Order: sequence, then C-alpha cells, then structure tokens
Amino acid sequence: MHSLICIVCPRGCHLEVDDNNNVTGNFCPRGKVYALNEITHPTRTITSTISVEGGKINRVPCVTSSPIPKENIFDVMDVIHKTKVTAPITNGQVLISNILNLGVDIIASRSIERK
Amino acid sequence: MKEYELVVIGGGSAGLAAALSAYDNGLRSILIIEKEDYLGGILLQCIHNGFGLQTFKKELTGPQYASLFIDKLKERPEIEVKTSTFVMSISLNKEICYSSSVEGYNVIKAKAIVTSTGCGERSAGAISLPGDRPSGVLTAGLAQKYLNIDGYLVGKKVFILGSGDIGLIMARRMTLEGAKVLGVAELMPYSNGLNRNIVQCLNDYDIPLYLSHTVKQVVGKKGHVEKIIIAQVDSSMKYIEGSEKEFECDTLLLSVGLLPNNPLLVPLGVKMNPKTRGPLVDESLQTSIDGIFACGNSLHVHDLVDFVSLEGYKAGRNAAKYVLSGLDASSYINIENKTCVNYVLPNKVNVNNIEDITISFRVSRPFKTSQINVYQGETLIKKIRKPYMLPAEMETITISKDLLINKENISLEVVDA
Repeated sequence: MHSLICIVCPRGCHLEVDDNNNVTGNFCPRGKVYALNEITHPTRTITSTISVEGGKINRVPCVTSSPIPKENIFDVMDVIHKTKVTAPITNGQVLISNILNLGVDIIASRSIERK
Repeated sequence: MKEYELVVIGGGSAGLAAALSAYDNGLRSILIIEKEDYLGGILLQCIHNGFGLQTFKKELTGPQYASLFIDKLKERPEIEVKTSTFVMSISLNKEICYSSSVEGYNVIKAKAIVTSTGCGERSAGAISLPGDRPSGVLTAGLAQKYLNIDGYLVGKKVFILGSGDIGLIMARRMTLEGAKVLGVAELMPYSNGLNRNIVQCLNDYDIPLYLSHTVKQVVGKKGHVEKIIIAQVDSSMKYIEGSEKEFECDTLLLSVGLLPNNPLLVPLGVKMNPKTRGPLVDESLQTSIDGIFACGNSLHVHDLVDFVSLEGYKAGRNAAKYVLSGLDASSYINIENKTCVNYVLPNKVNVNNIEDITISFRVSRPFKTSQINVYQGETLIKKIRKPYMLPAEMETITISKDLLINKENISLEVVDA
C-alpha cells in the first residue's frame, strides 16, 4: 500500500495504491496515471533559464517538452547550465534538442527580441 | 484631456483579462497602463510549470500563460498599451495622473477604471524578524526575480522562513541551480503552500520542513547573514526552551505572506476589507466608488492564476456594462463571514445583476471533513459537505438565487462534520 499526494494539479488529491495497483482517492483519471507512474518510474517537468546573447533580456525561461525521469534531473540541469543561445528567440523554439538522448527537448517559454 | 472608456491599471494576469473581456463586451476605447517594461506581471518571473490547468487544461509555465493573453491582446489592436508607465494617482472623477520617460507627466480621464495592481511580499520588518539586519535576508519573490529574470543566484546555503508557495518553489529552483537549501520553517502546524508543492519542491529534494518552527535569531555581525537559529513554538506561539536548532547559511528567504497593493485606492477613501487588505466589492467587483473596479491579487491574494484571470474577465465585463448601460445599484444584500471563515468575497450582492451568487472564501484552519453552512439571517438556506480544506486554498460556493428567502444578510460558516 502506497499513500501519495497527486501533483498533477493544485487540487492535490490524497491517493492510495494497493498491492494490486488499484488507485483510490483520485478525482480525475490523470491521478491514476500519476500514481502508477510515481511508484514505478517517477518523472518531473523541469524548468530553468538559459543564458541569452544579444537579447533585450539576458535569460530565456525554458521547460522540458515532456516530463523526464527523476534520476536525470541534475544531469539535465548540467547541460542547461552549459548552454548559451542567441537572440532572437521565439516562444516554443527548441533550445536543446533531445537532451541526453532522453527523447525530450528543452524549449523556450518566452520570446526574446534582439537588443 | 484624452478620455478613454476604460483604463486598466496593471498589465498582469488580472489586468490583461479585464481589458480583453471589456473589449469582447463592447468597449473599444481601452488603455492598459503597466509600470514594467513588459506586460505579464509576476507571471514573467514564475518560470515554473503548473499554470493554466483549470482554464486551458494544459500545464503551462508562467511566461507561456502570460503570452497566451498577450497574443489575444495583439488580435485586438484597438486596445492601447503603455508600458514603463507609472500611475501616481487617480481621482474621484476618474482622472488618472501618470508619468513615463516618453510622455513625462500626463493626465487622462476614464469613464471606468479597473485596478489590478497586484500584491507585495511581507518583509523582515513586517514580521519583526528577531536579530541582526544583515544583507542576505530577502523575500522569496525578490530572489525569484534576481534568479529567473536577471540570472543571479543570491546564495549557496539557504534557509527559508515560511512555507508559502513562492518559498517552496524557490527551494526547488535554488536547489536546481546549485544551492543547498537547508530547510523550511513554518510557524503554523500546517503548511501554507499547496500540497503538490510540498511533494515536488521539498520531498523530491529531501528538504526538511519544520512545522511549528520559526526564526528566533538572525546572526550577521559582519554585514552578511552567517547563521540563523530556529526554535519550535507552542500552541500560543511562544518559543519552546531547548528546541533551538542552528543553521549556518548565507541566505534567509522570507515567504511569509502577500499583501494586496492598493496605493491608488487607499488615498481615494475606497472602503477596504481589513482581513484581505483589498477593497470591499460587490458582485460586479465594483468598489465603494462607482465605476472603479478591482480584481486579481490587489483585491485578494489568490492561489492560482486561473482564478485571477476569471476575476479579471468578470471585472472587465462589468466595467463594460457600467460604461455602456449602467449597473443596477438599487438593492444589496450583505455577505458576512462567521465561524472558521477568514473572509468572504464579494461583500455584498445585488441579486438583480446576477443569476447565481458565487462566494469565494478561505477557512481559518485546516479541515479534514467539513460542512459549509450558508445562512440568511438565522435561517440555514444551504449546506454542503467538503473534504480537505486548507487556509492556503481558496474555496468557492455557489448559491442559487431561488434559495434566498428575504433581504437579510447572508453568512457563511464552516464546521467539522
């Protein structure tokens, strides 16, 4: 039996998973998916910023295109820290493609004009 | 003097929604005034994800959420925007004095005004933080701006006082950027942040949360914070002798509450709610002054931007109605908070203007199982059961107009069930 708090949305449902992988306490179907993922291979969406050259703003916020395995978080951050990009940048643009071969891109979450 | 139908003061999530809905409800002469260089407000520094789940059914980052609204604004080019422009005062006859580096000092007039000026953070002084006053003690939101907009990490060994969501989010952010977050202390016996943030910001990174603890002393004799001493408190908030713990750190972040920012409304004599520190409003989000509306975090501090946007839409829609056809102000029913309800919003309703009455409220303590009772006068007119309510989470209840029995005050209480 596992007790979890769902992090899919701010509702924060209190979930229980029994030994037969039955999930209870979820308000929506996403809670069930989350609970089963969380006890087998937990994943997280990661956000950070990347250094920008020649832009009106010096940092571009970025986000993983889909959640990455929890154990890869700090390796992904290392790559993000070492990356530099050049303005202009469009919201949604891929800044790092297929990071660490995880099948996930790092995408810009804001447009930045050239200085 | 240039006159607009509507001037929206503050171009964050509330103001953007207000301008859009005023436009979509028929106004064409609309101006948004924003003091920063860009529209979007605090969303721009909230680069984490989790925004928009209610409205867009997508998990967006703060800047992504803002850009959806800014894109909608671009589709309505009649809406005028002045950024880097600071409003200094507004008057009862709705003259607005502002200044900017482009125009200097200028005065314009509006038929209606929406104030969406956001909120500020409680500071070290506001909570009488004990001990020295070194550098390295700053609010979590300020550290967030330095990190996410400017790219500066304010410290490497961090302690956080207060378990508000910004503090929790910053615990994760600073950890990811290479800082060691030693712990989070929360005065109350429960967290003030969303449960999901305790899980994904603290538990994920093994950051301890010390409930019923607070900072007893800040030590920083040489000008910068060197260590802090926290202590456990009892139920009357007194330090428990011998419970002290010391943490050597170079940064103390404060996430100890947000206060609505209403520097324009207070001097005008707008009636304020001492609980929320925002103005008292009716069902149309109109303040005690005709034609001045309020929404977003300057009205009351919200947990979710989705609700801020909805409130902005409502303020804009009603401001449009006020300008185009007027709002009925003939008869009001007051709404009051009773046992275990910290505040209610709106504070009065004119039932002629609405179909159902939706009341937002916060409980004053956590509930595992509860019953919400709605009274009119002494008569119970509605009751619903609800599991898990926290002071950190805003709740809403909708009451059908048909349930009203007279013109007496409506009141809300929450009891254990």
